[in-house]
Amino acid sequence: MNLALEFKSVRKRFAKTGYDAVSDVSIDICDGEIVTILGTSGCGKTTLLKMVNRLYEPDSGEILFYGHPIKDMNPIDLRRKIGYVIQQVGLFPHMTIAENIATVPKILGWDRQRIADRVQEMLELVALPPAEFSKRYPQQLSGGQQQRVGLARAIAADPALMLLDEPFGAIDAITRRNLQGELLKIHRRFGKTFLFVTHDIHEAFQLASRVLIMDKGKVQQFATPSEIRSNPVNEFVRQLVSPAQDEQLLCSPGGSRS
Amino acid sequence: MYETILLYLHQNASNYMVLVLQHLRISGLSVGFAILIGVSLGIYSANSSRLYNTFSGFFGLLRVVPSLAILVVCIPVFGVGVVPATIALTVLAIPPVMINTALGLRGVPDSVIETAVGMGMDSCLIFLKIKLPLAMPLIITGIRTAAVEVIASATLASYIGAGGLGDIIFTGLGLYRMDLLVLGGISVAALSLLTDLVLSSLEFSVTRYQRS
Ligand SMILES: Nc1ncnc2c1ncn2[C@@H]1O[C@H](COP(=O)(O)OP(=O)(O)O)[C@@H](O)[C@H]1O
Ligand SMILES: [Mg+2]
Repeated sequence: MNLALEFKSVRKRFAKTGYDAVSDVSIDICDGEIVTILGTSGCGKTTLLKMVNRLYEPDSGEILFYGHPIKDMNPIDLRRKIGYVIQQVGLFPHMTIAENIATVPKILGWDRQRIADRVQEMLELVALPPAEFSKRYPQQLSGGQQQRVGLARAIAADPALMLLDEPFGAIDAITRRNLQGELLKIHRRFGKTFLFVTHDIHEAFQLASRVLIMDKGKVQQFATPSEIRSNPVNEFVRQLVSPAQDEQLLCSPGGSRS
Repeated sequence: MYETILLYLHQNASNYMVLVLQHLRISGLSVGFAILIGVSLGIYSANSSRLYNTFSGFFGLLRVVPSLAILVVCIPVFGVGVVPATIALTVLAIPPVMINTALGLRGVPDSVIETAVGMGMDSCLIFLKIKLPLAMPLIITGIRTAAVEVIASATLASYIGAGGLGDIIFTGLGLYRMDLLVLGGISVAALSLLTDLVLSSLEFSVTRYQRS
């Protein structure tokens, strides 16, 4: 199987902190997988994700993107091949929904008709009727609708890889279920690779082909949901997946939630 | 009194127009320079609290000094006429433009910048397509404040021989002619209001996305 991402002994420590935010992570992610990254707040999930699109640079180790070391690629070109969705959505408030979705296709120089068709297709994909939504501004949409646009915008230029950092973290439970469904639908249709950060155990296990469980910057276990349930490798994972923990959001003792 | 004002306007129409144009020219020049300098300084200091505090402190201090004092202080250095008047008015107009530019740029949400970078927009594109448009409403508000202040203060410029509508007022003061005082005052007020109106509608049109 083709490898989408390879982490080779990746380590990252922020200046003025006395610990590794991400410590010696070595994993391979196959093309077309949905990998969810699960762990308590502050365990390094976001840091790991942001090293993939080079918002952060690792201190040591390297990351390969479809076999190419990303440190040798132009960060701008790399990012245009990677969809990026964050919890705060980050839509451009002064642009219409259609303009937001057209952002990357436009900078890639697609012709107008192709962009218009693509925007239409993306809006339908995330179940927002184009006639009703394309001319609106982000502020006129609910939180759930905004994140649908966030997804559509990230996927519009057909990236090989999607990075999602707690994309549904600020969305109510019912809407979140719907969006999780849409996400699986999108994945089935395009077969892209998804790297999905969450601290919702339910979400992590429901969406994933494999779950990456992290604690204190280290990988605890990286396996399929059923494997993790039947064979937790250590006490931390056992605690995490014990039935009592199900449905609960994780909180680290004393730590703030990201 | 209105008859005397109308009579004066009738007899001095072309002279009056010259004064209005002088007033507009000196105000326009000052606001133009203030936009160039203020927006640049605002962009330059948006990312650094230290620079921002230095600049706004410096110009804030200058602003406390009455415009008339700046005008008078300018005389020994730049002589009389349009040049010192423009300099004094520019100094007056820079702070609101600079402060609002910096505030506007700082107000762009981090999440918006983060996704823009994450999508592969370069810093030039992010500045032109994201930061500047999002800061624009506040920048225009700053320009509006500056322009209204400058048009009012430009009245004083005639005191150092730069012409403008202040000439009518100072003549009125010298000759104890109420009609000239009223005419000058109303004309300056009308110019201020008109400018405010034009700039508010510009502001309105760039903030359309904020309304549902
Ligand atoms: N920009 C930064 N500067 C300094 N420390 C950071 C920065 N970003 C994250 N950290 C620290 O690195 C650790 C991992 O953070 P993060 O990756 O955001 O965790 P998570 O996303 O799992 O909540 C935390 O201890 C956090 O305080
Ligand atoms: Mg995080």
